[in-house]
Amino acid sequence: MVNLSVRLGDVELKNPVIPASGTFGYGREYAELYDLDILGSFSWKGTTAAPRPGNPQPRIAETAAGMLNAVGLQNPGIDAVIAEEVPNIARIFHGPVIANVGGFSLQEYAENCAKLNDIDQVAILEVNISCPNVHAGGKNFGCDPHAAAEVTRAVKAVTKKPVFMKLTPNVTDIAEIARACADAGADGLCLINTLLGMRIDLKTKRPLIANRTGGLSGPAVFPVAVRMVWDVYEAVKLPIIGCGGVSSAEDVCEMMLAGASAVEIGAANLRDPCACKKIIEALPAVCERLGVERIADLTGAAH
Amino acid sequence: MKQSLFTLEHTRQLTGDTYELVLSGDTSAVTAPGQFVNIQLPGKFLRRPISICNWTEDALLLLVRVVGEGTHDLVRCVPGTELDVLSGLGNGFDLTQGGAHPILLGGGIGIAPLYGLAQRMLEAGVTPTVGLGFRSGKDAFYLEEFSKLGCRLLVATEDGQLGTKGFVTDLAKNVRECDYAFVCGPTPMLKAVHGLGQLTGGQFSFEARMGCGFGACMGCSVPTTNGYKRVCKDGPILYKEEIVW
Repeated sequence: MVNLSVRLGDVELKNPVIPASGTFGYGREYAELYDLDILGSFSWKGTTAAPRPGNPQPRIAETAAGMLNAVGLQNPGIDAVIAEEVPNIARIFHGPVIANVGGFSLQEYAENCAKLNDIDQVAILEVNISCPNVHAGGKNFGCDPHAAAEVTRAVKAVTKKPVFMKLTPNVTDIAEIARACADAGADGLCLINTLLGMRIDLKTKRPLIANRTGGLSGPAVFPVAVRMVWDVYEAVKLPIIGCGGVSSAEDVCEMMLAGASAVEIGAANLRDPCACKKIIEALPAVCERLGVERIADLTGAAH
Repeated sequence: MKQSLFTLEHTRQLTGDTYELVLSGDTSAVTAPGQFVNIQLPGKFLRRPISICNWTEDALLLLVRVVGEGTHDLVRCVPGTELDVLSGLGNGFDLTQGGAHPILLGGGIGIAPLYGLAQRMLEAGVTPTVGLGFRSGKDAFYLEEFSKLGCRLLVATEDGQLGTKGFVTDLAKNVRECDYAFVCGPTPMLKAVHGLGQLTGGQFSFEARMGCGFGACMGCSVPTTNGYKRVCKDGPILYKEEIVW
């Protein structure tokens, strides 16, 4: 019997599989298909202070082994999420929830996070400083070590919940950003968000996505994510949630070998809504094949 | 919504680029005409959303126009191919709202969901007027099938090779007693029909580039007078009064 439980700091998860923010909404659609209680956790849709309508259409383009999206952080705003989604989440999922929080100023990040203090089910704050779609916002914080550290400090000052900073891969040296977050008091890191990409329609000779660029996700980005998790694991002593193109139980193990303590599954959910369920079901056999009794032992074992 | 395997039973070419596919499998999640399925294809990352033309307890009828690599691959699948299908997606048409004189207006491949809708209206005791529009005579399909259902059928082609020369809006204008429309077709057609003065109401089926097809990713949301709606989950049918162009 393989032990699938893992720890993210003080938070224990029954297994390392976490649907990634932006691919799982607030859980409603998936709860129609399977019992969400099989999940280690789930990371809800990036939530900002004000409701956001998102970007113009089209927002989606297919790529080889993946997709581009420029949704633009469409969400109902933190107050509506607390009023309408949080009570529903409590009905459909009984484990620890990761609250993904966006923001356009230090004050907004802090206020959004502070509003979640009294919600016990929110076990981890995942602070999105990396969404590549919002010109005015997140991109700047996640691309600059000082700005990333400032957000970390602003959030840490208002919450006792563990703070995981979600990092963008669209930087020269992700380890530098990771170190800045760690030095500022982050409790963990989540990486990677999507890689900035673009497709052009040959017929119209215009970008396929109205926003011009979008974030690349799916199996295409998996090796990039593995490399970056490796680099960050070498650079800091914080728990890492590995994310980017994970599509199978084997990918989960590979990401953990690179240094991840838990793993988020993103675009795979959109292709196959039961992807996380299938991965969780496949994990014990894959671990047995690898001769692993505790999956947590895989974390960083490739170093 | 249900995820299950369907088996391709047969494929029939209807026009140069349009095919009829019959898939057998569990259709229990399909509850209304106008819903769609999302089909996984080997080698393609995203599924392909295809409108349901008609269905029985154990079979789906789909009409597919080849518009890109995915639909190209789909119509070339051999009988016996198993396909991973998400079925029963979207809201579908509400045929109880059509009143006594509903008109069903379809353009090109957009006529597909109107077939299942017309059949169910007839079963419910309402005889709809059906107006179908095509580019040219050679592009027309499913006319016999619609006729056999027993609805009042009108056809328009842009070049006048078949039926009335013009658009489905020209057909609608000739049946002024029809004041409620069920519409599916390209966006310019939806917009033109939406502007018809004779309509007191209507239901319009929209297309979108989708990520998931089941409401999770927000990839296909569009503004409406009732706020943003996901074409895949809150649509694909939007009501006349809520549509924003």
